[in-house]
Amino acid sequence: MIPRPRPERFRLRRTMMFMNAQKPGLIKDAYIYGCDSIMLDLEDAVAENQKDAARFSLYHALKTIDYGDTEVIVRINGLDTPHWQEDIRVCVAGGADGIRIAKCESAQDVLTVEKHVEMAEEEFGVEKGRTLLMAALESPKGILNAYEICAASERMLGVAISGGDFRKCMQTKPTRDGIDMVTARGMMLIAARAAGVQCFDTVFTNLDDQEGFEAEVLQNKAMGFDGKSLINPKQIRYVHQVFAPTEKEIIQAEKIVRAYREQSAAGVGVFTVDGKMIDIAFIPGAERTLKLARACGLWEGDLV
Amino acid sequence: MEILKPAMAGTLESSDAQVMVEPGEDGIELTLESSVMNQYGRQIKATVLETLDRLGVQNARVAVVDKGALDCTIKARVECAVFRSCGQSAENIPWGGAIR
Amino acid sequence: MKNAVGRDIPDFLLENGKEVYQGKNYMDGKYLQKAAPKTRRYEKPQESKIVESLAEALKQCGAKSGMTFSFHHHLRDGDFVVNMVMKAAIEELGLEDLTIAASSLGAAHDPIADYIEQGKVIGIQTSGIRGRMGEVVSKGKLRTRAIIRSHGGRPRAIEAGEVHIDIAFIAAPTSDCVGNCRGIGGKSNCGSMGYAMTDAKYADHVVVVTDCLVDFPNMPASVEAIDVDAVVVVDSIGNPKKIASAAARISQNPRDLMMAEDVARVIASTPYFKDGFSFQTGVGGPSLAANLFLEKYMDERNIKMGWAIGGICGPMVEMLKKGKVGKVIDVQDFDLDAVNSINQTPNHFEMSASQYANPANKGAFVNKLDFVVLAALEIDTGFNVNVLTGSDGILRGAPGGHPDTAAGSKCCIIVTPLIRGRMATVCEHVVTVTTPGDCVDVLVTDYGIAVNPLRPDLIECLDNAGIKHVPIEELKEKAYSMVGRPDDLQWEDEVVAVLEARDGTILDVIRKIKPYTLED
Repeated sequence: MIPRPRPERFRLRRTMMFMNAQKPGLIKDAYIYGCDSIMLDLEDAVAENQKDAARFSLYHALKTIDYGDTEVIVRINGLDTPHWQEDIRVCVAGGADGIRIAKCESAQDVLTVEKHVEMAEEEFGVEKGRTLLMAALESPKGILNAYEICAASERMLGVAISGGDFRKCMQTKPTRDGIDMVTARGMMLIAARAAGVQCFDTVFTNLDDQEGFEAEVLQNKAMGFDGKSLINPKQIRYVHQVFAPTEKEIIQAEKIVRAYREQSAAGVGVFTVDGKMIDIAFIPGAERTLKLARACGLWEGDLV
Repeated sequence: MEILKPAMAGTLESSDAQVMVEPGEDGIELTLESSVMNQYGRQIKATVLETLDRLGVQNARVAVVDKGALDCTIKARVECAVFRSCGQSAENIPWGGAIR
Repeated sequence: MKNAVGRDIPDFLLENGKEVYQGKNYMDGKYLQKAAPKTRRYEKPQESKIVESLAEALKQCGAKSGMTFSFHHHLRDGDFVVNMVMKAAIEELGLEDLTIAASSLGAAHDPIADYIEQGKVIGIQTSGIRGRMGEVVSKGKLRTRAIIRSHGGRPRAIEAGEVHIDIAFIAAPTSDCVGNCRGIGGKSNCGSMGYAMTDAKYADHVVVVTDCLVDFPNMPASVEAIDVDAVVVVDSIGNPKKIASAAARISQNPRDLMMAEDVARVIASTPYFKDGFSFQTGVGGPSLAANLFLEKYMDERNIKMGWAIGGICGPMVEMLKKGKVGKVIDVQDFDLDAVNSINQTPNHFEMSASQYANPANKGAFVNKLDFVVLAALEIDTGFNVNVLTGSDGILRGAPGGHPDTAAGSKCCIIVTPLIRGRMATVCEHVVTVTTPGDCVDVLVTDYGIAVNPLRPDLIECLDNAGIKHVPIEELKEKAYSMVGRPDDLQWEDEVVAVLEARDGTILDVIRKIKPYTLED
């Protein structure tokens, strides 16, 4: 049995890779590819008549496999199916770090899941509040309710848009410049930032179109996403590359944090770094840059 | 648990195991095929028997075709087959109890 | 007696000067008396050497019971020739007590298992043995002990007279009427015929079997008419679909790619990676994919590969055509791109198995290799590699050129996933040592890299390049933590096969496996 530390609500989540929870060969070591989070899927990847088998498989995987620093999130079946309650029980009992709520459309959906998570935490003697939640927005209604969803619970780590279902609702297809989803992505991002949670983009499914994938990742980064859902390990590297801070950003961040520590010890609140006015508002951003730089293997300091 | 009807779980894909349980009368009757028989046959047998024991299965015919599954997968397949045979695989599974 | 890789070699095998493995380069500087064949003179001009049938050819070459017939494996899983010849010898001529000395044997030769069980075939000497034949030999059905040699060890043994070939059979995609053979131009093309060359020079008799007769002279010939007694024309020497795959594609498996990338990083961190470096890679998923990543580093540093050897397939030919590699020299071709390129594309040459890998000659290519990237069924904490026996102890593989290239190269990299299904690839003790650990330098797995402590220079290279590596024991423990510790295989005393090191000493033996029982 591998004890996992209490999940961090806010951590680095550049890449979340989907894996079918029913495939033993896949889930046994998905972490070796270096994604930040793996998303064990009980929903679309698992056939309707194998939902039960997938849960047994998932339970033992969670209890046996040492995923190390990789976050383990489980995508449960939608609230309109007969499966989600048992899905929640197995996730909590197995000690998953988080649960992804499929087809989330309202704060009430989050609260419903949260209630069952709490019941399961009680039932299985799991520390209350340990299990994090995230919501997948897959419909126009979900997007319109993004803020209330993001703000619905202290367990919420973030929201992700799910392109396949969303485009179906909108009667659109993926476009090269992302115009088909730009509004939804933007609305979701604003809501997530307003609620102070993270925000993730949808999967890019055409594995043969590396150029298209790269364009989308660049756009994700430019729009302010925290990360992206992936379907194949070979997509991980590029996302990490794009989301990595530049050398200049790292040096700047290090200076800011260092200067802030020195100045605040001396009681100074506002100071300049390289001629630029800096105050406490800059610190979280600079610290985030350094953490990201360390995760990317670009920085080895101990300031954060 | 009592095996009420034949049931199966798992696949014949590499790293998986297919487990078939049927009602039996005289204890556990196990047949095992494995792609790693010479090195892990006894461990697989022990895992299957322990799992059945934990589930309180006393009488059953059990056939396992193993394609190099890890122990955690073998357990999961045995459990699922047993719960299916009792029509109880969909909900209220005793996670952390009999399933562990 | 224990040998240098810790294997217990029974004393009864150590007769007629046979020694146990003593470590690499043990035979260096010693002298070798070559054995000469006894061949028939063909003084009187002949219009043609074509004979009616295999049976006729066998008779003409004085075939009798107890003889040794040799074969080469360029037709791979598509080969019809071994089965055809043995059928004619056993069923038409009624011969028995025959020995097959082949450069390799595979699934195509399952019917030979019957002849072994019937006691008609009593000896097998080969590099590879798989399928039913591997099973019957492992069960002790072969009357004599099989002998397994590497691709370099085989020509050494032939030249030394340790294997005396009575009749060599040359499977020839094309031949003229007097036996000049080539691997191209016919309907069952295989490209290089490198493994057949030593056989033709050292066999008492040589029979060419072809399904495509061409005009005299068939030049440049891989096997020359000067060594050939008879030519037999048959309908088909093999199934072209199984001889050469359409095109070896580079793996898209993310695990393979991840390992391949690490292989390239390791290569690029060593001082041998400079303009003109030499390289060989296997055709397994991660080994072949290493080409792709290596090319990136070559471009980055603006260097070219001097030459590549091996079994060759499309991706390497592509690099040759692009001018990224100076010369390609091969003993065997694995796909149609390579088959169609050899001796056609400028700087793509053919070589014999001896020229490729023989440790006893004066200038094998493997000795000039900078890098070789190889796969493994198992590798143990002493870096010993097994590519011959399965986890059940049954013969199902081939040393091939593995031990030769590992021993000759400056940097031998093994690339393999840590576990396959429930098999720990990195383990405590390999079932059979086919490549000794003192020839293996770096292990790349999906869970990390390990460097042989015998190579502190390479450890420094990796450290300088910031490439993480761990002791191999750590990888082994990780593997066992996932799959559990395997039970030891249970063996009978009977030795069913002897595995020779490339220098002819005994590296390991394969014993008969005990039937497995679930009862304790």
